[in-house]
Amino acid sequence: MKKVLVIILLITIGYFLVETFVDIPFGENRIGNIDANNNTVAGYYLSNTIEKTKVANVITAIVVNYRGLDTLGEVTVLFLASTGLASILYRRKEEEEDVERLNLPSSRLMRTGIRVLFPTIVLLGIYVFIHGHLTPGGGFQGGTIVATGFLLMLITYKGFNTNHNRMAWIESLAGLSFVGIGIWGLLSGNTFLENSSEVGVLNSLISGGLIPVIYIVVGLKVAVELTGILDILLKIKPKK
Amino acid sequence: MIFIILLILMAVVLLAAAIYSVIHRDLLFAVMGTGIVSVILSLFFYILQAPDVALTEAAIGIALTTIIFIITIRNTSRDEDEIIDKENESL
Repeated sequence: MKKVLVIILLITIGYFLVETFVDIPFGENRIGNIDANNNTVAGYYLSNTIEKTKVANVITAIVVNYRGLDTLGEVTVLFLASTGLASILYRRKEEEEDVERLNLPSSRLMRTGIRVLFPTIVLLGIYVFIHGHLTPGGGFQGGTIVATGFLLMLITYKGFNTNHNRMAWIESLAGLSFVGIGIWGLLSGNTFLENSSEVGVLNSLISGGLIPVIYIVVGLKVAVELTGILDILLKIKPKK
Repeated sequence: MIFIILLILMAVVLLAAAIYSVIHRDLLFAVMGTGIVSVILSLFFYILQAPDVALTEAAIGIALTTIIFIITIRNTSRDEDEIIDKENESL
């Protein structure tokens, strides 16, 4: 009886999936011609973004400017995930004494290599999120790269500790300034997260108005959150 | 022509790594399989002219997800059969 129910449920789900996908013409050119007279959303983005926002990387302009509220939601999701994880797994200072991050000591090769690689990786991450409006990448990618650098330090050196207090401050300030930029758009008489400052010259570092500012803030927030998640995960006591 | 052969080869390796990570009983090797899937997927995104997605896949898929899985394996058990046995016992 249970199996029959499951099969009926699966057939129903399958029917509606096929019903949805059968109308989509796969393999056709759905963007159409990219010109100013094009009425589709993609055509509008690709033909107007560079003139209006002066951002060379159109994807950044879409993610941060046109779909800025979605990005705020994404950042909130990551914040909630990290908060949930921390509330379950975080250890206080007194309990931390007998917790060892690693079972094995790292080799000399690893220690020397990571010492050279760590500043390079962090610098690359910061480069990626500062140049989010000029080259591929942005806040999320750059933040993840920075977190990877910190992860290498955390698993190599036992003495390397992150300052949770400072990290919480950076995270809160970054999140608040993202929302603050949004509300500033409202206060200056436009919509939420409106790109309301001077856009500058195409392809220069300071261009695109508020877009690079928002991406730098997002990058800092993502980097700090992911580093915190990894730090908490590495401090769990392994079961013997 | 060489380009197409290379693409097909990449797709075959991607599928093989995915199947390997599903059927392997040693979870550490299975996680390595997912890492290989992420590497090739990120190359695919780059070839298909989506460098932003390729960067995301490289940073999150290759580095962070793999490391989080490895930490989980260190804290639980490396053998899949052992975990299943324990779950059956607790039921």
